[in-house]
Amino acid sequence: MAIAYASTPRRVGAPHRGPITSLLEDERWLAMALLLPTVVLLGLFIAYPFFEGVYLSITNTKVGVPGAFVGFANFDKIWNDGIFRVAVWNTVLYTFVTTVFKLALGLWLALLLNRHFKGKAFVRAFILLPFIIPTVLSTFAWKWMFDPTFSVINWVLFKLGVITGRINWLGDPELAMISVIIVNVWRGVPFYAISLLAGLQTISPELHEAAAIDGAPPWKRFWYVTWPLLLPVTMVVVLFSVIQTFADFQLVYVLTGGGPANATHLFATYAYQIGVGTGLLSEGAAISLAMFPVLFLVVIIQLLYIRRVETH
Amino acid sequence: MIEGAKWKRWVFFYIPLAVFIFSLLFPFYWMIITTVRPDAELYRPWNAPNYTPFWTTRPTWEHVDYLLSETLFSTWMLNTMLIALASTAISLFCGLLAGYALSRLKFPFAGSLGTGIFVTYLVPQTLLFIPLADIIRNFHLGDTPWALILTYPTFLIPFCTWLMMGYFKAIPKELEECARIDGASRFKAMIYIIFPIAVPGILSAGIFAFTLSWNEFIYALVFLSSPEQKTVPVGVTSELIRGDVFFWGPLMAGALLGSIPVAMVYSFFVEHYVAGLTGSVKG
Repeated sequence: MAIAYASTPRRVGAPHRGPITSLLEDERWLAMALLLPTVVLLGLFIAYPFFEGVYLSITNTKVGVPGAFVGFANFDKIWNDGIFRVAVWNTVLYTFVTTVFKLALGLWLALLLNRHFKGKAFVRAFILLPFIIPTVLSTFAWKWMFDPTFSVINWVLFKLGVITGRINWLGDPELAMISVIIVNVWRGVPFYAISLLAGLQTISPELHEAAAIDGAPPWKRFWYVTWPLLLPVTMVVVLFSVIQTFADFQLVYVLTGGGPANATHLFATYAYQIGVGTGLLSEGAAISLAMFPVLFLVVIIQLLYIRRVETH
Repeated sequence: MIEGAKWKRWVFFYIPLAVFIFSLLFPFYWMIITTVRPDAELYRPWNAPNYTPFWTTRPTWEHVDYLLSETLFSTWMLNTMLIALASTAISLFCGLLAGYALSRLKFPFAGSLGTGIFVTYLVPQTLLFIPLADIIRNFHLGDTPWALILTYPTFLIPFCTWLMMGYFKAIPKELEECARIDGASRFKAMIYIIFPIAVPGILSAGIFAFTLSWNEFIYALVFLSSPEQKTVPVGVTSELIRGDVFFWGPLMAGALLGSIPVAMVYSFFVEHYVAGLTGSVKG
């Protein structure tokens, strides 16, 4: 397009333009052309699969076997499936507990990093590593640290006198859930800390100084000055993180594979086991789609919240 | 500044910060030490008297050697690199154009399109992987790098668009108008005046997109099946474990080497990465 323009002879004062270039002078046509690749890709690989997923979930398609319409039979089936119910409960628990810890620890770390000290840039760069390094790869390091026979964590706890025997971190249903939560918190804290730190840095230090001069103790300064100003960033970070955590897959897949005895399945890992592992595409799609109402709700809250912030 | 007595500084600042740093970085130390630890030491139970977790007296390259000569690890690295670069390039291209259109042009449905793209940003991969696998099969893209090169942009484009919109909004309209008065077409003004100013934003979006593609797991796990097509995260997961047997030495070597490209890109562009990260959540 630009080449066509460059190759046409140019008259001084009134540039001559090719048909495409003049069409693109119209804002509406230009916008359409610029948005076309994005709309095609997102339509083909987000919108289309979404409807395909809805279609799959109301048929009884298996791998290689075209399905027939079965209505809500798949949803009925998973609703009465004990493992699915465990997965729902696990997902809610996992999302809630990790979010609370990530927010609390992330905020604490952000407040620590918001001070001036030597090597701050260095520390900040290193602290983000758990978030940068591919999750699956770092989770393997954790799996190795949790290994019942060779666990370094057991060794430390034993040497400190906390335990007398071995702890089977990933072999016991409750401990396995706790282990998964620990690793998720470990991976998520840097993201919270760095995002909240960016929020903290936009708060003018003069506000704190003013509050300090008025005699407000540190916790009051935090509660009445820092926290209200940090709330918009916090909201967005939490909503993003809730979506990611709710739909998490890799951590559980690597650490426990949903075991022991299906005790640590989340929506996504169970959908994978049913849809890909056993080839029941429809049922797997139905399990994935069961996440949708919650995700939808979070997205709506986020959109409303952003709109409210923008209008204020 | 840090206020108060010296002990307060230790209790409320240095000690908590040290604990944070230690716990966040220890797994990486564990990865490194396992990589160079010989098998004889590796498989010594934690309650054995000669268990020395934090160091090794006989470091070895045997696990790295095994990984590079006996497995397809270098192929996976190349695959991952190719897929990450290609999907990042596609996403930057799309995100740059879409971001410009949404932030600087007036056209019908601009608002709802912007919201639509934002909403796709929030769609997790795990919601769609089963129907998408079906579609990939129907398009005959299964088990090829294209399956990932074309699908990764679905979670990268929204982010790139969003970030670029923020950058474009900050550039004054007058700059473009000046160029247009001088005879440049709208398209040329965009390419030669606006895009060069947005280079830091493009860099941030690109680095963030690259690390996200390198990290992606479930699409790669589901869409690829033959060992020589796999990416690093999937190859390490599926090929270095035989049944219930984990080859911990090569596994940790793979985790370590597989993290290096991302860590390198990150270390060169920390500021851009952080700008991308915080830009992605500021909205």
